[in-house]
Amino acid sequence: MTIAPSARLALRLFTWLGLGFLYVPLVAVAALSLNTATSLAWPPKGLSLQWWERAADATGPRDALATSFKVALAATIIALLLGSLAAFALTRYAFFGRSTISLLLVLPIALPGIVTAVALQSSFLRLGVGLGLGTVVVAHATFCVVITYNNVIARLRRTGTSFAEASADLGADPWQTFRHVTFPLVRSAVAAGGLLAFALSFDEIIVTTFTSGPGVETLPQWILNNFSRPNNIPLVNVVATVVMLLSIPLAWLAQRLSDGAAALGGGR
Amino acid sequence: MSTTATGSVPIAGLARRIGRAVTRRPVLGLAATVTAPVAWLLVVYIGSLLLLIVTAFFSIDGFTQRTTTELTAGNLDTAFTEWVFVRTVLRSVGVATAVTMLCIAIALPMAFYIAKVATTRVRRSLIVAVLLPLWAGYLVKAYAWRAMLQGGDQGGVLKSWLGFTPGFGIAGVIVTLTYLWLPYMVLPVYAGLERLPASLLDAAGDLGARPWRSFRTVVVPLLVPSIAAGSLFTFSLSLGDYITPKVVGGTTQLIGNLIERTLLAPNQPLAAAYTLWPVVIVVAYLVAMTRLGAFESLK
Repeated sequence: MTIAPSARLALRLFTWLGLGFLYVPLVAVAALSLNTATSLAWPPKGLSLQWWERAADATGPRDALATSFKVALAATIIALLLGSLAAFALTRYAFFGRSTISLLLVLPIALPGIVTAVALQSSFLRLGVGLGLGTVVVAHATFCVVITYNNVIARLRRTGTSFAEASADLGADPWQTFRHVTFPLVRSAVAAGGLLAFALSFDEIIVTTFTSGPGVETLPQWILNNFSRPNNIPLVNVVATVVMLLSIPLAWLAQRLSDGAAALGGGR
Repeated sequence: MSTTATGSVPIAGLARRIGRAVTRRPVLGLAATVTAPVAWLLVVYIGSLLLLIVTAFFSIDGFTQRTTTELTAGNLDTAFTEWVFVRTVLRSVGVATAVTMLCIAIALPMAFYIAKVATTRVRRSLIVAVLLPLWAGYLVKAYAWRAMLQGGDQGGVLKSWLGFTPGFGIAGVIVTLTYLWLPYMVLPVYAGLERLPASLLDAAGDLGARPWRSFRTVVVPLLVPSIAAGSLFTFSLSLGDYITPKVVGGTTQLIGNLIERTLLAPNQPLAAAYTLWPVVIVVAYLVAMTRLGAFESLK
């Protein structure tokens, strides 16, 4: 199709406007974190690093960051184990109910977060499990399984079973085959899945608010609890900017580990 | 990756024995791999969903305000017929539909430019540029729109640049949700355009169709599965959202906010009954989009 130069120009302009739409809010928050004033009013009054200095001493965001990290790490480990096992089972064995299992895995993320949140909260409460850090980890692991599963199963399907079969023909027992053949083949997919699961857990807020107990505050929860307090606006700006900056190397790493740009969008 | 630690010998021997058993009887291997993930999801998730449905039929003791296991259909009746609840559902569906439409309107030209106009080198950078904000953190992005939308004499970016802002309210919620989920629409539409054979466009042009007409009658119909796939994200994620209304919605309430309010009342059975609304809507939407080929295009 030949596209008229004017249409090309219009499309190009539109695309740049679209990218502006995506980036202006983020740049605005980063700029406001360097503001001398304490409000969200634009333009910033002056340049200063005072809020960054204050944020470095603040214990609230630091504790919340540590909590988020703990939750994400534990949920990722569980999700990696369960997701990889499910991926192996579904590629290596033919059995009744296979398609039901993939539906089962995707359900916690396909249904709106509020449904998962209310369902898990009500069963924790009914079973008498006290809400706390552990319940958040269980909830996060549940919706992270599908992420690690997707990454590992995609790699297993792509590499096929011929390497494992060759290894068995050459006399390796299943454990040796797994250690020296299968695992090295899926290693980077496992890592990419783990990274995506970690990012998803780190970012989650809806299920977190419903399944966490008193005394547990993840970083997104800290932002939610503080964004409307006028005194804390500068601090929230700094924390938001830090989260944005942290996301860049994570995205880069996920891109390197996985099989293409598509994986960048796999965060949810 | 060779481990020579002395302690690993008996473990390796055990592993070898297990390995041999698994080779002889594949069902053991299947059981060993499939049991844990399926048990986890059945117990933790399906169990919770079933409990949620059962809870929707429980009652509230009028005296102690506690949930009792006495069965009633009253909660479902309230959640599905009372105007406060129905109105919030209609508002949420309206918001989710508006967000999906806006995402389609923005994503189509962007994806078309990236896939069919931009040079190969630029294309890669543009895709990365569209996807990178997905990593920036949901709450960070919702919060960023506070800085954009704020009105009054402490006006934010929009007020300062355009002299106008919709402020905090339903319009702000729609704009912010569009912002949050836009990449999820651009990506499948771009992938769909990549798969679209150039020969079809050439044929349309040879047969005398002007570019706009080719776009409308050839490109868009072939993109329906991709758009349907993208809309699964934009619609479902918007419908269940209740944080964005809190951050930029002013007094606007969506389904999630009403569920939270009902839970805090506290009326767990009524909240459970009301949660069935998004379940029903999303499942119906999933079925409809599957018919349009959404899942084939995601593969």
